[in-house]
Amino acid sequence: MMARNHSRSLISVADGLRELFSLAATAGSGGGAARRTPSQMPNAVDVLRRSHRLRPLETLPWLVAAAAFFLLPDYLALGAQILLAVLFALSLDLILGYAGIVSLGHAAFFGVGAYAAGLLAVHGWGEPLSGLVVAGIAAGLIGMLSGAVILRTRGLTLLMLTLMIAAMLQEAANKAGAITGGTDGLQGMQVSPVFGLFRFDVFGHTAYVYCLTVLFLGWLAARRIVHSPFGRGLIGIRESEERMRAIGSPVFRRRLVIYAISAALAGIAGGLMAQTTQFVALDALGFERSGTVLIMLILGGVGRLYGAFIGAPLYMILQDRFAQQDPVYWYFWIGLLLVLVVVFARGGVLGIGERLVRRRSRRS
Amino acid sequence: MTAGEAAALETRGLCKSFGALAVASDINFRLERAARHALIGPNGAGKTSFLDLVTGRFPPSAGRILLGGADVTALAQEQRVKRGLARTFQITTLFRGLSVLDNVCMATSERLGRAGDLFRPAGSRRDVIDGAYASLERLGLADDAPRVVRELPYGRQRLVEIAVALSLKPEVLLLDEPAAGVPSAESGIIVDVIESLPSEIAVLIIEHDMDLVFRLASRITVLVQGKVLVEGTPQEIAANPAVREVYLGERAPT
Amino acid sequence: MDAVSIFISIAFHGLAFAMVLYLVSVGLSVTMGLMGFVNLAHGVFAAAGGYVMLTLMNGHGVAFPLALAVACLAVAAGSVILERLLYRRLYGGDELDQVLLSIGLIFMSVATAKFFWGPLPQPMHPPAYLGGQVDLGFRSFPTYRSFLIIAGAVVVSLLWLGLERTRFGATLRAAVDNRRMAQSIGIDTKRLFTLAFALGSGLAALGGALGAEILAIDPGYALEQLIYFLIVVAVGGLGSIRGPFFAALLVGTADTAFKYLQPELGAFFIYAMTLALLLWRPHGLFGRA
Repeated sequence: MMARNHSRSLISVADGLRELFSLAATAGSGGGAARRTPSQMPNAVDVLRRSHRLRPLETLPWLVAAAAFFLLPDYLALGAQILLAVLFALSLDLILGYAGIVSLGHAAFFGVGAYAAGLLAVHGWGEPLSGLVVAGIAAGLIGMLSGAVILRTRGLTLLMLTLMIAAMLQEAANKAGAITGGTDGLQGMQVSPVFGLFRFDVFGHTAYVYCLTVLFLGWLAARRIVHSPFGRGLIGIRESEERMRAIGSPVFRRRLVIYAISAALAGIAGGLMAQTTQFVALDALGFERSGTVLIMLILGGVGRLYGAFIGAPLYMILQDRFAQQDPVYWYFWIGLLLVLVVVFARGGVLGIGERLVRRRSRRS
Repeated sequence: MTAGEAAALETRGLCKSFGALAVASDINFRLERAARHALIGPNGAGKTSFLDLVTGRFPPSAGRILLGGADVTALAQEQRVKRGLARTFQITTLFRGLSVLDNVCMATSERLGRAGDLFRPAGSRRDVIDGAYASLERLGLADDAPRVVRELPYGRQRLVEIAVALSLKPEVLLLDEPAAGVPSAESGIIVDVIESLPSEIAVLIIEHDMDLVFRLASRITVLVQGKVLVEGTPQEIAANPAVREVYLGERAPT
Repeated sequence: MDAVSIFISIAFHGLAFAMVLYLVSVGLSVTMGLMGFVNLAHGVFAAAGGYVMLTLMNGHGVAFPLALAVACLAVAAGSVILERLLYRRLYGGDELDQVLLSIGLIFMSVATAKFFWGPLPQPMHPPAYLGGQVDLGFRSFPTYRSFLIIAGAVVVSLLWLGLERTRFGATLRAAVDNRRMAQSIGIDTKRLFTLAFALGSGLAALGGALGAEILAIDPGYALEQLIYFLIVVAVGGLGSIRGPFFAALLVGTADTAFKYLQPELGAFFIYAMTLALLLWRPHGLFGRA
């Protein structure tokens, strides 16, 4: 999607320039429009045909992640948490950035996945991969069920209902202390080695590689979805539901499908957290987590598929630097940052990058 | 309404009210196959609401809607589209942030049943892209294909609306004031496009401009306060005293 | 306790809770319905009201009525600054931006409150004349909560009467009813919005301060109580001024009853009830489609 947006903005830049040229030309001949005929159409088709191809820049996050493994061995435990946060934010991007569903309760699915994987490990099913699958399925099911109910609404009501679902689940987990450990959190997990070979070590070597691999697979899936006709249709829904219906698109079903997929991915992220930290607290389902993932995505940039890859590490690293010393200040600054982003920098880091690129190419 | 060939679109006793406001009361309407039919009436007569009912944007309070003889009253909007019913909107409703080509591709992909595909890249669907490109060429929009809709002049946007509707390959096409708000220099192109629509498509057009109506339509239905006042050929409508009183009386005579 | 006295207890405490909920939420309803702004940070105004009043009372020995009045006015004035600086830019705008802005404000307020007042709840000591119990013959009730209910009822009556009788009320109602129409007949909506915002924040401060004994004032207040305020507004119907009152009654008593009768399920019931209600009527009990 970044690729598409990018090429789209380049097209509009080129168009702007052409407009200028044709204005100058029309002064003489009046034939401005004729200037941009013959070669254009194949271009537009080509842009569309090439939109899903991998661009060199897209390998960057993976190179960075691989480099970090070797260069920052002391930070791998944190790194694993960052990677699963990226996956969580990526899952949110699918519904928020593509289908335009604003959720205040995305932690619901993260938490369901975390508790699902955690409970399995507590009760003797320590095999991590199947645990993740179960986490994904459980969260996906909850996403499908709740989505089937709440996605019939729009706007503020929907916003409220997403919040309500998460609050309900959190309250349920809180009150079902016998199963979930309640406010003490879920403890006592026995997670087996991955493939029976790689034990989760205290330095986080296994956790890091494990999270990175899962994130990579999640990213592959998300990327495919975004570039598929279905994904294009989600953008259509975000742009105009009315128009989508008028061209015969089953909008409700489309929204429900992506909601469930997003929930499943969030659940897998939650499962990763449970398995790598061997602990699940009630805040896995909490409003703060829903808010935080939203912030991560906003900081990076929404609807670009890569916002999560920038926003989540940025947030987590800053938090690691500053929050340990003084969480009070941390919340103040992150709040202020958020206000500033809304007022001055909509589109997050990627948005700023795009604007800079656009400005530069306009100047040249 | 006799037995025989089913109309392309028909409504029987169609009613709709919002609270005390009746936007449609007992509308019996037939759009024959391959017809060029205009729906006129003063502002607030319920013309757009009639289109909304027919396309299923909201359900009727009573009555039935038939598409090619089959009852579609219970079908959702998108299912009616799949059965060959397409419309344009009075206020341009497009994917404003996407390119013209993307807009038409989206519709083409829905028509070809590809739009639910989760895994094959959209860009690899030659049939979709070529089909969309062809519809753009047909309306003289090929030059605009890569442009983002919101950057197009309004008249062009109206054309894209029609292109999107046509790319659904409809049997019934409902045009809601296709040339409204377009400068007269550009509206000529839109009228030309409408005149050259494939003749097998049944077209129902809502229009205020009486010159346009008389030029495009061979049948006219006059709607007043949600009711059919009269229906007939342009000559009959022009000569009808009730129409002159209710309809032309409100608007400056043209 | 027998069933009747349980019922009376629930009704009494539910009513007190409902008053607090309504005072805080009515401004949110107006912000959401009239200005089209999802102000998740509305609870910050309530918390601020509580903090100001309690600081004046506990720290400086200011009398309760005076501290209460100062708290309301200070918060209303402060909210005008926020409205001018931040909120106004996003009226009727993108929901996501509004949500983010208000989450940002919540975070800042939580941190600020923790910095100045620490993490613990602020103690609320009602003045002596509002302490103890009041005996109504068949039952005695806590004096402060009785006062809370009466004071709430008076404020609500004044508010409704004011909106019926005054020019400001008339324009506000007109604008809620049909914003474009209001603009076209020359109502200065900018000024109206600022005033409505200040009024709503002032009432929230009143609710937060009066209710400090029910909903304890601590740094997490705006975040923890947010869901209740949202429920009241959603159930009452966005933009409605009276709707949230009945919603607050419903939520206040139902929540009190559920928590009393089924403590092991906690707030679960109220969420489920809201969910069901919103599905049945997406625009709330008194909202319009």
